[in-house]
Amino acid sequence: MKYVDEYRDPEVARCILDRIRAVTTRPAVIMEVCGGQTHSIVRHGLDRLLPESIELVHGPGCPVCVTALETIDRAHAIAQTPDVVFTSFGDMLRVPGSRDDLLGLKARGADVRVVYSPLDAVRIAEREPKKRVVFFGIGFETTAPANAMALREAKRKKLTNFSMLASHVLVPPVIASILQAEGNRVMAFLGPGHVCAVTGYRAYESLVRRYKTPIVITGFEPVDILEGVLMTVLQLERGRAVVENQYVRGVQPEGNPIARELVEETFEVTDRNWRGIGAIPKSGLRIRWEYREHDAERIFDVGDVVTQERPECISGQILRGRKKPCDCPAFGKECTPRTPLGATMVSAEGACAAYYAHGRRRGGDAAAPPPPSRRPS
Amino acid sequence: MAQRNVVTARRHGRRFVTERAMCLAVPGEVLSTSEKDGVSYGEVRFGGITREVCLHALPDVKPGDFVLVHVGFAIARIDREEAERAWELLGRLGELGEEAEIALGEEET
Repeated sequence: MKYVDEYRDPEVARCILDRIRAVTTRPAVIMEVCGGQTHSIVRHGLDRLLPESIELVHGPGCPVCVTALETIDRAHAIAQTPDVVFTSFGDMLRVPGSRDDLLGLKARGADVRVVYSPLDAVRIAEREPKKRVVFFGIGFETTAPANAMALREAKRKKLTNFSMLASHVLVPPVIASILQAEGNRVMAFLGPGHVCAVTGYRAYESLVRRYKTPIVITGFEPVDILEGVLMTVLQLERGRAVVENQYVRGVQPEGNPIARELVEETFEVTDRNWRGIGAIPKSGLRIRWEYREHDAERIFDVGDVVTQERPECISGQILRGRKKPCDCPAFGKECTPRTPLGATMVSAEGACAAYYAHGRRRGGDAAAPPPPSRRPS
Repeated sequence: MAQRNVVTARRHGRRFVTERAMCLAVPGEVLSTSEKDGVSYGEVRFGGITREVCLHALPDVKPGDFVLVHVGFAIARIDREEAERAWELLGRLGELGEEAEIALGEEET
C-alpha cells in the first residue's frame, strides 16, 4: 500500500499546504463541484488547513440533492401504481418528496426495490414479465452510460414491461449557471474527476474561455484535492484561466468515446429543473423518441403533480455556494440525517449530511479536525 | 426471491456501500470476461466482493486488468495502484453513509 500512503501522506499534504501559503496573496473562492470531493474536504478538514483567504464552497454535484421535487413526486405516484415494481438506487429511498419518501411508500405496500445497477432492473423485468418495472434513472454524466445501456438492452430484448423515469443532469451547464448568477462569488472550480472519466474535459475548455474562470479536474484523495487547490490558486494568482487536469490517472482528454456514443444514442439534451436552483437551459438528458416505449414519463400519466418544499430548508442556497450548512437555523436541530427537511441532508454526499457526519455544528463549536492521517482514523 | 441488492463489504474493518447514485466510481479487478447476447460482461472483484459488470464501453479489457465501475458499468481502465488507493478511500467514505446504510440494511427484496 505504499502508493496509497503517497496520496494520504501528511508530509506531502504539508508540502502542498506550504506551497499554497507561499503563493497566495489575495482572497480566492473555489467551488468543488462533486459531492465526493465535498465529503473528502469535510472529513479531513481540508478547508480549515488552507490559508484563511481561501474559501472552499460546496457545489451542486449531488444528483440526489438536485433532482427536482416534481420528478420525485412523479416517481412516488408511479411507485403507487398497481403492478409496478419501482426500482431505484438506495440513496433515493429517503429523499423527501412533497408528502412522502420511497421508504414510506414501501412500508405501506408499494413494491419498491433497491438495485445496484439499472441493468439489474432490466433483469427483474425479464424475470417478472407480468410486472411493470420502472427504474428511477437519475445522475450526472457518470451514471448516464449505465442507464443508456439498460435502455438499449430493454429495447433489444423487447422488454415492453421495462421503463425508466429519467432525470439526468449535466455539469457544464450548471457551472455556467452559477457563474452567470447575480452575486456569484465563485472564482474557480475543482472539476469532477469521475464525470470527466466519461465525458473528457473538452466541454470545460469553452466554459473557461467564455467566463475566464479556471477549472482544474480533480480527484478525491486529500492530496488530490490540495493539489487541485494549489493548481487553481496558481492560475488565479497569475491571472490565467485554463482547464488543467490534476486527476491524470483517471481522466483522458476525450473521456470514454464508447460510453459517450451510447449516451448519445439513447438520450438527448433537454432543459432541466434543478431542485433548489431552478430551471437551467440544456442542462439535462431525456430519453430519445426512438426509445419512447421505455420512457416512464410518456407511459405513466400520473396527472398534475403539485409540489411543496419545506420553507425552512435553505438547500437551494447551499447548492449554489451561497450559504454553508451551519448557516441554517434548522441544521442539526429539526434537520438531521434521520429527519431531513431537504435533500442536502438526506443524501450521503449532500453538504449538510457531510457537515453533520463530521461534527460541524453551528458557531464552529466542533473540535478542530485532525490533519490528513496516514491511516483511516 | 432473495436477491442481494445492497452490496456491502468490509475492508480494513470498514463497510462501504456501492449502490449509490453518487458520481463515485469504484475500482475493481477483472477476474474473467464473457459475452451474453453480443454484450461483453466480466466478473469484477471489489476488495472483498465480486459482481458482474458490463464491459461494453471497454472492449479490450482482459482478466487481470483494473477498471473503474459505476453502478455496474465500467467507465475507465486504471492501474492497480489507483484501484488500491480508491478502495482505501471508499472504505472511509462508507462510514459517512452509515446513517443511510442502517436504514438500507434491511432493503433486500
